[in-house]
Amino acid sequence: MADSPDAPSSEHVQPREITYCGFCSLPPEYCEFGPTLEKCKQWLSKHDKVTYAILYNTLEDHLAAATLGEDKPEEDKKKAKEAAKIEKQMQKKMQSKVLIKRIERTKRKCVTSVFGLENFDVDLKKAAKLFANKFACGSSVTKNNQGNDEIVVQGDVSDEIFDLILEHWPIVPEDNIDLIEDKKKGK
Amino acid sequence: MFKKFSVKEDVTGHTQVKSSVQRAIRAKILEQYKEGIEGIIDDVMPKKTPLILMRCHEHINLIVMNNEVLFFNHFDGPYFPTLRLLHKYPNMLPRLQVDRGAIKFVMAGANIMCPGLTSKGARMDVSVPADSVVAITAEGKHEILAVGTTKMSTDDIKRINKNIGVETAHYLNDCLWKTVVDI
Ligand SMILES: [Zn+2]
Repeated sequence: MADSPDAPSSEHVQPREITYCGFCSLPPEYCEFGPTLEKCKQWLSKHDKVTYAILYNTLEDHLAAATLGEDKPEEDKKKAKEAAKIEKQMQKKMQSKVLIKRIERTKRKCVTSVFGLENFDVDLKKAAKLFANKFACGSSVTKNNQGNDEIVVQGDVSDEIFDLILEHWPIVPEDNIDLIEDKKKGK
Repeated sequence: MFKKFSVKEDVTGHTQVKSSVQRAIRAKILEQYKEGIEGIIDDVMPKKTPLILMRCHEHINLIVMNNEVLFFNHFDGPYFPTLRLLHKYPNMLPRLQVDRGAIKFVMAGANIMCPGLTSKGARMDVSVPADSVVAITAEGKHEILAVGTTKMSTDDIKRINKNIGVETAHYLNDCLWKTVVDI
C-alpha cells in the first residue's frame, strides 16, 4: 500500500489487494473524512493493527495541530450529528418487525406471507426465489393493500421460514420476527 | 452522477449482452485506455465471462461482471472505471493529485476547481488534454479518491488556474461506491 505503483506497462499486472474499512467501507485512510471516524477506528484497531498504527499515530498529531487554530468544533458537531443520524437509522432498523403470517384460503389450504424483510436490506425477489427453492412451492413478491411489498409463499411454512430467515439473514434479530395466524374460523 | 442513486429505483433493467456487443464494449475500452489496460484487460474482463449491461435512469449504463460494477458511462460517452476497479489497477488512468483541503469537497460531490490542483499539496505530473478521463488522488493518501473528466488541459489548468478543472463523475462514498449488485 505504501509504495507507489510502477509506471504503466503492458506486462502482466497483478491486481492489488485492498482492505476496506469494515465499518464505513472506505479505504481506511479516508475514514477521517467519513461521519463515523470513531467507530471506524475501533474496527481498524481490532482488524488491522499495523494500518491503525500507521494511520492514527501520526494522524492524531495532525488533527490536534489542525484543531488548534481552526474552526474545528463546528466540524466536530457536524460529525457528531451525522453519526447520531446513522445510529438512529440503525436503531430504527433494529426495531422494525418482520411479520410471518399464515393466511387461510380454504379449510385445508393456506398461504404464508412474509412482510417487512426489506427493512433489513434483503432483496425480496431473491428471498422469494430462495423460499420457492427450499419448499418446492410457489413463492412471489406482491404488493399488498397498503402498497408495500410482501412475499407470498404457497402452503403453511411459517415455522420453516422463521428458521430460514434466522439462518440466512443473521442481521434480523430473532425477537423481531412475529408469527401470526390469520384463521377465518376455528378448526 | 451518483450523488443520488440506488439499484432499486434507478436501474431500469439489466441484460446479459450478446457476445458481439461484449466484443464492441471491450474494443471501445481498449481503444480508450490503450496501454493503461492492454496488459490487464483479460483479467478485468475475461472474454468468456458473461457481461451484464445495467441500464439506469438518465442514460447511465453500468458494465457488470461477476456482480461487480467494472465500468460506467453516460449515453455513449467514454467508459469510466469504478473506484473499486481502479484501486486494484491504479495505473489504468493518468493521475492528478488534489491538496488535502479539497478531499472533503470532492467526497461531498463537488467538481474539482483548478486551485485544488495547482496548490502546494497538489501535483500534476502528467500532461493530458481536455476531456480526458483521469483518476484523482489526494495529498497524503495512497488510494484513488475520485474519477472524472478534465474540463481543460492540464496546461490550461496551470495557466488559467480558476473555474472547474476536473468534472467529478464518481467519488469515494457516493451512491455508486455503496452500490452492491446482486443479480
Ligand atoms: Zn471507516
